[in-house]
Amino acid sequence: MQLITAIIKPFKLDDVREALSKVGVSGLTVTEVKGFGRQKGHTELYRGAEYSVDFLPKIRIETAVSKEIAERVVEAIVQAAGTGKVGDGKIFVQNLEEVVRIRTGETGVNAI
Amino acid sequence: MKPIDRIFIPGAALLLACLPGLALAEDSLSSGDTAWMLTSTALVLFMTIPGLSLFYAGMVRAKNALSVMMQCFAITCLVTLLWTIYLYSMAFGDDVGGLVGNLGKAFLAGVGVDTLSGSIPESVFSMFQLTFAIITPALIVGAFAERMKFSAMLLFMALWVTLVYAPVAHWVWGGGWLSEKGVLDFAGGTVVHINAGVAGLVAALVMGKRRGFPQQPMKPNNMVLTMVGAGMLWVGWFGFNAGSELAADGTAGMAMAVTQIATATAALTWMFLEWIKHGKPSALGMASGAVAGLVAITPASGFVGPVGALAIGFAAGLICYLMVVKVKGALGYDDSLDAFGVHGVGGFVGAILTGVFADAGFGGAGLEDGVTIAGQVVTQFIGAGATIVYCGVVSFIILKLIDAIIGLRVSDEEEEMGLDLVLHDEQGYNLR
Repeated sequence: MQLITAIIKPFKLDDVREALSKVGVSGLTVTEVKGFGRQKGHTELYRGAEYSVDFLPKIRIETAVSKEIAERVVEAIVQAAGTGKVGDGKIFVQNLEEVVRIRTGETGVNAI
Repeated sequence: MKPIDRIFIPGAALLLACLPGLALAEDSLSSGDTAWMLTSTALVLFMTIPGLSLFYAGMVRAKNALSVMMQCFAITCLVTLLWTIYLYSMAFGDDVGGLVGNLGKAFLAGVGVDTLSGSIPESVFSMFQLTFAIITPALIVGAFAERMKFSAMLLFMALWVTLVYAPVAHWVWGGGWLSEKGVLDFAGGTVVHINAGVAGLVAALVMGKRRGFPQQPMKPNNMVLTMVGAGMLWVGWFGFNAGSELAADGTAGMAMAVTQIATATAALTWMFLEWIKHGKPSALGMASGAVAGLVAITPASGFVGPVGALAIGFAAGLICYLMVVKVKGALGYDDSLDAFGVHGVGGFVGAILTGVFADAGFGGAGLEDGVTIAGQVVTQFIGAGATIVYCGVVSFIILKLIDAIIGLRVSDEEEEMGLDLVLHDEQGYNLR
């Protein structure tokens, strides 16, 4: 099992969600985060006081998938979340040691 | 009535109305005037709670948003109490030496259901004036936001309205020496705005900058609230300016008109200046310009015409913009929400220009016979100058006194945590 974490541009969330259900992903967790990579921030101006804001709003998607579909999932995210411009985001793939479904106590791939 | 008489109505009529036993031409109740003044009183109170409260709350950091609203609300309550007990009397009671009123009206003595002040009940007049006595200290909050102890703030405000506001109000509106000199201040350019602005500047200097200012970002936490507050201030200001005529008549109508004209002009001036200078117009800039225009037209509102309003609005937008955006940064002091930059400077600009645009040549109500524009401008300088000096000195003394007794500022750690939590055990926002 793999835990796939993707940091994407917020407006791409719906596209990515659609693409993920097409490749068989049944559940995911979404958080609003801030961050930066190579994409620059912006400046804000309030009554002459200028503030440079380095952090940009992003969305983090986490989903646990079986090893079989992991590669397809990554590919789907890359297709759906990409715009070709700086700031499209990154995907992290980690090995997942255990997954448990709280309601039934199922473990492993059955819990995904 | 001739234009000349219009100028002395605020000062002279009030003085005469306070003297008992005199039969006047206008001492029967006008229900039209009374209806308007009841409304104006509500409008001006609305300017403080919640107009100014929201305007300020949106501009501070989230952790201090509630504290600002708490200060404005508490000031409203405190000043109301003091006004009832003795402040009304000090401002509008029988004159003592041209400097202050006596205590003949303490506890609103003599103000009964049928007691009149001009053509309106004296109760209404007193409450209307109270709303001015409330908003003036509330404006000062903007200068020391995010770092003053609540207890020190209450004590400061109690002393300040007693030792500064009431006397100055008496000088200008209660029959004191400035009205004798012929100073023109229709709705409070000196009494309210120069007073608040100068006290704010002194407080900002005495208390020092916020921790981390100016390196640390201190962005407005809720510009939406600030814009809401700005709109409320604009609408409420019709009560402030047009209501200062104390009657529902042509002068009130013109006061409303010039208020609208000057405010819009000032807002656009600031907005376009920002657009030119920084490449984009901002909401805060436009709202700040509007407030600057409202402030500047305040002393002039009963005396100038539309052309004067255009000029005053433009001047206020330009000068306050320069003051807040350029000069304040260069001088380095932390007047957090620009009480001095907008209210002090705007009030001063308006006070002086009143002397110019009150002249009939500019469509104004006309200066007194024998008074030239230059002469009136000098008189305006005297009024503004006296207020600045008196307010500055007394505010400084009060602040130093309180600092010595209980301390003015919260500790560094408290300032870091945020006043909402530290001073009130509350959070303004509990959003998640």
